[in-house]
Amino acid sequence: MSDVVSRPSPQRRHPSDRVFFACLFILSGTYVLLLAATVLADAFYTTPGHLWRALQSPEIQHAIRLSLLSCTLTTILSLWVAVPVGYLMTRLRFRGQALVDALLDIPIVLPPLVIGLSLLILFQTAPLRLLERVFPVTYAVPSIILAQFMVACAFAVRTMRATFEQISPRHEQVALTLGCTRAQAFWMVVLPSARRGIVTAATLAWARALGEFGPILVFSGATRMKTEVLPTTVYLELSVGNLEAAVAVSLLMIIAAVLVLVLIRGWGLDRSLHHPF
Amino acid sequence: MIALRKVSVRAGGFVLRDISLEIASGSHTALMGRTGAGKTTLLEAVCGLRPVFEGQIVVGGRDVTEEPPAARGVGLVPQDGALFQHLTVREHLAFALVVRRWERDRASARVDELAGWLGLRPILDRRPAGLSGGEAQRVALGRALAFHPDILCLDEPLSALDDDTRSEICEVLTDLRRRTQVTILHITHNRREAERLADRILLLRDGSIQISPHSA
Repeated sequence: MSDVVSRPSPQRRHPSDRVFFACLFILSGTYVLLLAATVLADAFYTTPGHLWRALQSPEIQHAIRLSLLSCTLTTILSLWVAVPVGYLMTRLRFRGQALVDALLDIPIVLPPLVIGLSLLILFQTAPLRLLERVFPVTYAVPSIILAQFMVACAFAVRTMRATFEQISPRHEQVALTLGCTRAQAFWMVVLPSARRGIVTAATLAWARALGEFGPILVFSGATRMKTEVLPTTVYLELSVGNLEAAVAVSLLMIIAAVLVLVLIRGWGLDRSLHHPF
Repeated sequence: MIALRKVSVRAGGFVLRDISLEIASGSHTALMGRTGAGKTTLLEAVCGLRPVFEGQIVVGGRDVTEEPPAARGVGLVPQDGALFQHLTVREHLAFALVVRRWERDRASARVDELAGWLGLRPILDRRPAGLSGGEAQRVALGRALAFHPDILCLDEPLSALDDDTRSEICEVLTDLRRRTQVTILHITHNRREAERLADRILLLRDGSIQISPHSA
C-alpha cells in the first residue's frame, strides 16, 4: 500500500509552505535582530577607554569581586539543593506533591522585587531577628547570596528535574540488582549520567545570579564597597548620570553571559537537554 | 530454584493475586502473556524491585521476600539493556564485582572470562553509544552474570533486535546456560523464541499462571 500522506522534501516545498515559513522567518528574524542590535548598540556606545576606566575604579573592582564570589557560592548552594530536590520530585510520588511543585516554581513566577521584599519581611520575624544578632544577613553580603539563591536555585531545580526525567529508573534498578544500595546506585549510576545536566544547572544558576538585581536592591541595599554587585553598579552609575560607566559595566556582564552560553553549547548540552523554560 | 508462593503484588492500580509457581534450578522458563498482563511486574517482584504485599518468594531455598535486590542474587537484563552511558564495556562487566569489592586480579579474570564467552574482547574499551543492538545485549548479559547470580531474569531482551541478531543472541543464551547452569526466567512475546530456548513455557493470563500445552 502506498503512503497516503506524502511529505514534501525541504528542497521542494509547496508554495503555501513557503508563505508559512516566510512568515515564521520574518517574526523570528525581527526578534533575533532586536537582540543582536541591543548588544551591538552597547558595544558601539562604549569605547576601550570607558571599559578600562571602569575596570580601574575601586568601586567597580569591588563589585566585580563580590559578584564573582557571590555567584560562585550561590551556584554551589543551588546545586547542593537542586540535585536532591530534582531527584526526589522525579522519582517519588507523594501526597502534596502538586503543592510542592507549585512552591518550587514561585521564585520563577514572582516579580523579583517581591522576592526581595518577602525576604526582608521574613528576616523581620522574631527567630530570624535573633539570628541576625549573631550573624548579620540583611543589608550584608549573606543577603546578596540568599537573594541570588532564591531565584537561581529555582532554575537549577527545573534543569535537574528535566535531567533526571531523561534518565530511566531502569538504570538504577539494574544497579540495585547488581549489588548497589540506593546511595551507591545514585553515586555510581545516576549522578554520572546526570553530569551534563549538572553543568547546565550550574551555568544557568551562575548566570541568573550574576544578573539578579531586584531582590538584592530591596534585601541588601546598594551600598558602595559593601553590598554592590555588578547590576547594582549599573543602577548606581545610571542614577548619577554616568552613562559611559553604566554601559561599560553592562558590556562586562554581557561578555560574562556570552561566555556562559558558549560554555553550555561547547559541551553540547543544548542538544542533549530539553530546557523547561 | 525459584518458588513464588501465593504472591500478591501491586503495579499502579492493577493487582496480581495469589501467584504460585516453581522453577527448577538450571532450567530456562519462558513467561508469556499479553501486554499489560503483569509479566514485568512479576519479574520485578522476583528481583526485589517491587514489594509484594502477600506471599513468599524463595530463591535457592532462601526466603528473599523481605530482602533488598542487592542481596537476592538475581541478575536482570531489561528490554533495552539499560547500559550505563558513562561506563565502558569492561567497566560494565566489572560493575557488580567492584560493588562487591572483589580483588582486582579475581575481577579481571572474571571480566576476561565473560568477555571471551560473549565475544566482547575487541570492544572492551568502547562505551554503549558505539555499540550495536546485539553487542549492547551481550554486554547487559555479561554485566548481569558477572557476580554468579543464582537466577537470571530476562525482560524481553530480544524484542528490539533484528532477526539475525536475535538468532545470534539465542545462541549466546544457550551457550551461557550450558556454561553457568544459571536458572533463567525469561519474559517474551515471541513463541518461536520461547520454544527454541525454554524448557517450559508459562502463560500469565487473567491474573493466573498456566502451563502452556506447547512446552518442551
